[in-house]
Amino acid sequence: MGKRSVVPFGPQHPVLPEPIHLDLVIEDEKIIEAIPSIGFVHRGLESLVDKKNYKEMMYIVERTCGICSFMHGMAYCEAVEDVMDVEVPDRGKYLRTIWSELSRMHSHLLWLGLLADGFGFESLFYQCWRLRESVLDVLELTTGGRCIFSVNKIGGVLKDLDDDMIKAILEAVSKVEVELEAIKKTFLFDYSVESRLKGVGVLTKQQAHDLGCAGPFARGSGLKLDMRLRGYDAYKDLDFEPIVSEDGDGYARCYVRTMEIFQSIDLIRQAISKLPKGDIAVDVKGNPNGEAFVRVEQPRGEAVYYVKGNGTLFLDRMRVRTPTFANLPGLVETLKGAQFADVPLLILAIDPCISCTER
Amino acid sequence: MAKVKRSPWLLHYDGSSCNGCDIEVLACLTPVYDAERFGIQNTGDPMQADILLITGGINAQNQAVVKQLYDQMPRPKVVVAVGVCACTGGVFKDTYNILGGADTTVPVDIYVPGCAARPQAIIDGIVKAVDLFQQHMDNHEEFLKNPDEYMKKNHPEVDFKKGE
Repeated sequence: MGKRSVVPFGPQHPVLPEPIHLDLVIEDEKIIEAIPSIGFVHRGLESLVDKKNYKEMMYIVERTCGICSFMHGMAYCEAVEDVMDVEVPDRGKYLRTIWSELSRMHSHLLWLGLLADGFGFESLFYQCWRLRESVLDVLELTTGGRCIFSVNKIGGVLKDLDDDMIKAILEAVSKVEVELEAIKKTFLFDYSVESRLKGVGVLTKQQAHDLGCAGPFARGSGLKLDMRLRGYDAYKDLDFEPIVSEDGDGYARCYVRTMEIFQSIDLIRQAISKLPKGDIAVDVKGNPNGEAFVRVEQPRGEAVYYVKGNGTLFLDRMRVRTPTFANLPGLVETLKGAQFADVPLLILAIDPCISCTER
Repeated sequence: MAKVKRSPWLLHYDGSSCNGCDIEVLACLTPVYDAERFGIQNTGDPMQADILLITGGINAQNQAVVKQLYDQMPRPKVVVAVGVCACTGGVFKDTYNILGGADTTVPVDIYVPGCAARPQAIIDGIVKAVDLFQQHMDNHEEFLKNPDEYMKKNHPEVDFKKGE
């Protein structure tokens, strides 16, 4: 048995795009315990409800996270709409679904790239990010923004899709589908990639359930958890089945996210084929009075929004529970007993979004 | 850009950004925008970095980290603040935890606006930083050739002989 020592990891680290600090207790090369400490990105976003009214908060909420910005805005809108009893027109709901799935595609492609960088496969990283740009191009065409595109509003969406835009979306997703088939072969069947991912950081189904994991991290451990099954927006009319893998290792998480990109492509095609005609938004009058919980499925898992209004322009309270916050206990569990060299890979495997978590 | 003779290395640190600027900085370094064609290279080691690129505002906990990263970099160094949060604190400047932009902690040379900053703007900032870095290096060479004359010409107020 070797001597125990503590190695600090982060907040600034080459593989981490965002600051998180871990104290790793190691014995030789084996990790005995990992103690996370966060707070480097804490902004105090929820406290702004005192200073910004409930419509201005839209702008703030979209800046909780730059990757799943659209879904944060959408969840907030749905919570306020729930309080105010506003029914969004069907076309607005379908447009929200299309943009959600495009966001999921770009987020998962981003993650696949970072994972490839994490195990030292730089050309694969570049391929994923090159492919991601075609999704961003179509987002820019339809909304005007690349990563933060404010198209949500309370009562619907701000922009409509015309025929040219729909054609561009379909072309872009077809291009991604073809090129991702080639990248998928490397991620899922390449010998060297498999040797880095298979059997690394195993989290069993029971552990994932007990620790309250969410999203692709939980689905990689065999839990069929997907908030889209709740049937919000257009998901009730679309046909899909959550992608689940039983192994619970790094390979399973990679598999789930890769296949979810194909699933998103399928959902976008379904939503476009069923896209109803009509208004995209309704006028909203008055102020929110009451409280509501909303759960949506973000690229990283389930996000919970709580909103409490008191009949004035300013909300009493807004609370966000983000998927990475739910996944941190699972991360600490997978780190126990892992090799020191696998730490960056294991941290990336939960797709951490620290700025969401700390708000 | 014509006078640039060196390849500065770039260090990126996420202050308290929302990720929007971070992923745009990373997108700049990938082949579509390819900021590496200007001779820069992304590094994770502050001791080998010449340009510090900060995204997001400064809060109480990351202030010490940013300060330490800046101090660990060898001179001359250039600091680029990317995004409106790093420039002024942005929409979060009214919150209890944000002290302000990156210039509350380290001297910032170049400000890149935008929320999130677009890749084109970030590349513009990086090109300016590379130019500025080269200027610092030229000044340093001139200084080494003839310290007395250089100080008399550029900083007449400093008495160089006294070692100030």
